Amino acid sequence: MSMTEKHKKLEKNVTLLGVAAFATVTIGGIVEIAPLFWIDNTIEEVEGMRPYTPLEQAGRDIYVREGCHVCHSQMIRPFRDEVERYGHYSLAAESMYDHPFQWGSKRTGPDLARVGGRYSDEWHVQHLQNPQSVVPESVMPQYGFLAETPLSVHDMGANLTALSRVGVPYTDDMIENADADMKAQANPMADTTGLSERYGETVNLRDFDGKPQKLTEMDALIAYLQVLGTMVDVNAAAAQEELASEKGR
Amino acid sequence: MTGHSFYETLRHLADSWGLLIMMLAFLVLAAWPFRPGARQRNEDAATMIFKDENDG
Amino acid sequence: MPFGQMERGTTVETVLTRAGIWLVVFILAIAAIALAADGAYAIHMGIVAAAALVALTATVTRADYTAAANSILRAPADPSRYDDDPIRWGIIATVFWGMAGFAAGLFIAAQLAWPVLNLEPYLNFGRLRPLHTSAVIFAFGGNALIATSFYIVQRTCRARLALPGVARFVFWGYQLFIVLAATGYLLGATQGKEYAEPEWYVDWWLTIVWVAYLAVFVGTILKRKEPHIYVANWFFLAFILTVAMLHVVNNLDVPVSIFGSRSYPVFGGVQGALVQWWYGHNAVGFFLTAGFLAMMYYFVPKQAERPVYSYRLSIIHFWSLIFLYIWAGPHHLHYTALPDWAQTLGMVFSVMLWMPSWGGMINGLMTLNGAWDKVRTDPIIRMMVMSLAFYGMSTFEGPMMSIKSVNSLSHYTDWTIGHVHSGALGWNGMITFAAIYFLVPRLWNRERLYSLRMVNWHFWLATAGIVFYAASMWVAGITQGLMWREYGADGYLVNSFAETVSALHPMYILRAFGGVLYLAGAVLLVVNVWATILGKLRSEKPMNDAAYDAEADRPYVPAMAN
Repeated sequence: MSMTEKHKKLEKNVTLLGVAAFATVTIGGIVEIAPLFWIDNTIEEVEGMRPYTPLEQAGRDIYVREGCHVCHSQMIRPFRDEVERYGHYSLAAESMYDHPFQWGSKRTGPDLARVGGRYSDEWHVQHLQNPQSVVPESVMPQYGFLAETPLSVHDMGANLTALSRVGVPYTDDMIENADADMKAQANPMADTTGLSERYGETVNLRDFDGKPQKLTEMDALIAYLQVLGTMVDVNAAAAQEELASEKGR
Repeated sequence: MTGHSFYETLRHLADSWGLLIMMLAFLVLAAWPFRPGARQRNEDAATMIFKDENDG
Repeated sequence: MPFGQMERGTTVETVLTRAGIWLVVFILAIAAIALAADGAYAIHMGIVAAAALVALTATVTRADYTAAANSILRAPADPSRYDDDPIRWGIIATVFWGMAGFAAGLFIAAQLAWPVLNLEPYLNFGRLRPLHTSAVIFAFGGNALIATSFYIVQRTCRARLALPGVARFVFWGYQLFIVLAATGYLLGATQGKEYAEPEWYVDWWLTIVWVAYLAVFVGTILKRKEPHIYVANWFFLAFILTVAMLHVVNNLDVPVSIFGSRSYPVFGGVQGALVQWWYGHNAVGFFLTAGFLAMMYYFVPKQAERPVYSYRLSIIHFWSLIFLYIWAGPHHLHYTALPDWAQTLGMVFSVMLWMPSWGGMINGLMTLNGAWDKVRTDPIIRMMVMSLAFYGMSTFEGPMMSIKSVNSLSHYTDWTIGHVHSGALGWNGMITFAAIYFLVPRLWNRERLYSLRMVNWHFWLATAGIVFYAASMWVAGITQGLMWREYGADGYLVNSFAETVSALHPMYILRAFGGVLYLAGAVLLVVNVWATILGKLRSEKPMNDAAYDAEADRPYVPAMAN
């Protein structure tokens, strides 16, 4: 069969056309995406990363629900001004347990990748309830309802189970105690030894929304915001050594 | 060797033979529709949308 | 054979099977409401139950609802050989969802200028922005694509739609997807990935509808009477196949419970980011480009009444566009934690993508070669030319913004928003409006549109709206990018973040004004389409009438001196 006839066949056979078009569009994706899963320099090996506590994860779910990422990025680029404004540039490792990732694509508001510990809990409560009362120029919507809404998660253990299925290393112990840990983290009266054993001594243990008797969505969201960017000590020697060997950026 | 050198190998392949093969494939494919034998069929294909006007 | 007749011809067993399926869906949905883990899921299952009940009633009563609907829509009684009912519904759905999407866009633009317009929690910006993007891309654009693809594939194959029942399922199933997605955003059921926000069960539903869509489209091509497959169908086929691939891979999730809306995506972190932008960029590449190029390759030659400039160029355009587009996703992740080599690949392919894009634009514009006067006399052609001009502009701007050094300034700013809207309002919007104006008189068997002069007004309102939108966002984006990186003589950053926000306030007002103009143009579209369907003709001076004065058409004769 001549070349001309072969091409004629392609133009006249919808199956062949479909297969050829599909093959053409898969190449780029395979070449770019597949290596990320097995080339070793995709994610740095740094100390300190841990899965979110149940309360932080519940707060993250609220962050996702409210679409915070449409205005706030969580990805600091390695430029002088960004590093001075927001802190050390973001590492791939720092979002390795983020399902979904929330790097964002627009900064109508500032980057939040390292917002943890930068402001007090009281500031966050006031800012979320009425952003313009703290930052007059702000165009952020008000989220006062978070302080009024009790945190209601049907079964936090099920959430952690689902996350463990997609690769977040939650242990059976963590899953079993998920609901209790979620309540304990924001309750100053609770026994938190188990929580600290499971997630480490650095977990923020306190009431976040100024209402110690109530566990609200505000507690969860602020617990999440306060841990952002605080897990990895990016200035530690080991982390710096790993970054020095990194390609690019 | 480690995955790191495998990455380097891939990178070199992409910069040399891979690039050349892609370039050649592109040129051949771009020239393909312009082969002389296709002229009439291309014209037929382009005007086929005017053949039947009962659809208004 | 019209659909209604075929329905009456079906056996009792078929009707019973169909009714059985809808009954099972209805019962499952009711059970799911009872077991629901969260409110959004319960409301969604209520919507599903209502939809199943409607489908069940329609199946069991076997009344000719199509005829009833057609008399309301004043559809002609199948005067042509083609199966145009789902296309007529699709055009109406396109216009309806377009208005909803544009209005939502205007509202959130106003929210950014005046934050007091945020009404917590359901109408906060964070929930309304995905509502706007999904409404315009998937509801307005998607309905336009499904309707025009069904129209074009029938004409270019000279065959009636294959699987007419499935085609109707595609239409109604897609509307259900839109309603579930939109209500989900307001209720807070979202996956948190841009343009892929709907939760897992909505994704599954869309997958079923999409496979049905592919079956109708390919089935129609298989029964064609024309040997050659016209190039518009290539673009539609690539669009349907690629969107299926992107949708399935990017929406791989693990639901927390089958009775709850929450799910967690399989890919997270850096891998999640690349998969998402591989999806996100090619939603632009295949949904908003390949599919709309298919519209361009049919409607521009038809309206200009001449074949496409170069059919060979269209073949090269097709293969190079679909090959290159898929690589360009990583340009959304420049200077992030994505490995450098992937960013570089994304940038290189994005720059290369400029060429096939402009090849397509030139092919469309040069179709008017020898008939350029139509740009002056035919407002529909003028809309098409403007849409191609905006296609050319945004496909130049895109590659430029994907260059890393430019991106370091433009990323995270309103420049990106301006770029997207010059493509969406200019290219997708204008070509869709032109296609609607082309289709409505033909689908409803009218002599002409109600008013061509209103098309002209629509053109100018939309064009002016885009100019206000794009220009204000360029200024806003570059202002913001430069203010963020501005250093004083003392070596400190000059601007706090809040100062960069307040600097943009005037630009946000101008952008909203551009939105008002664009929406006003779309109101004229609604009036024009509505009146055309009702069969009205506005008595107006014809558009393409050149002035002629027979008295003056003679040599100069000097007055006789008495």
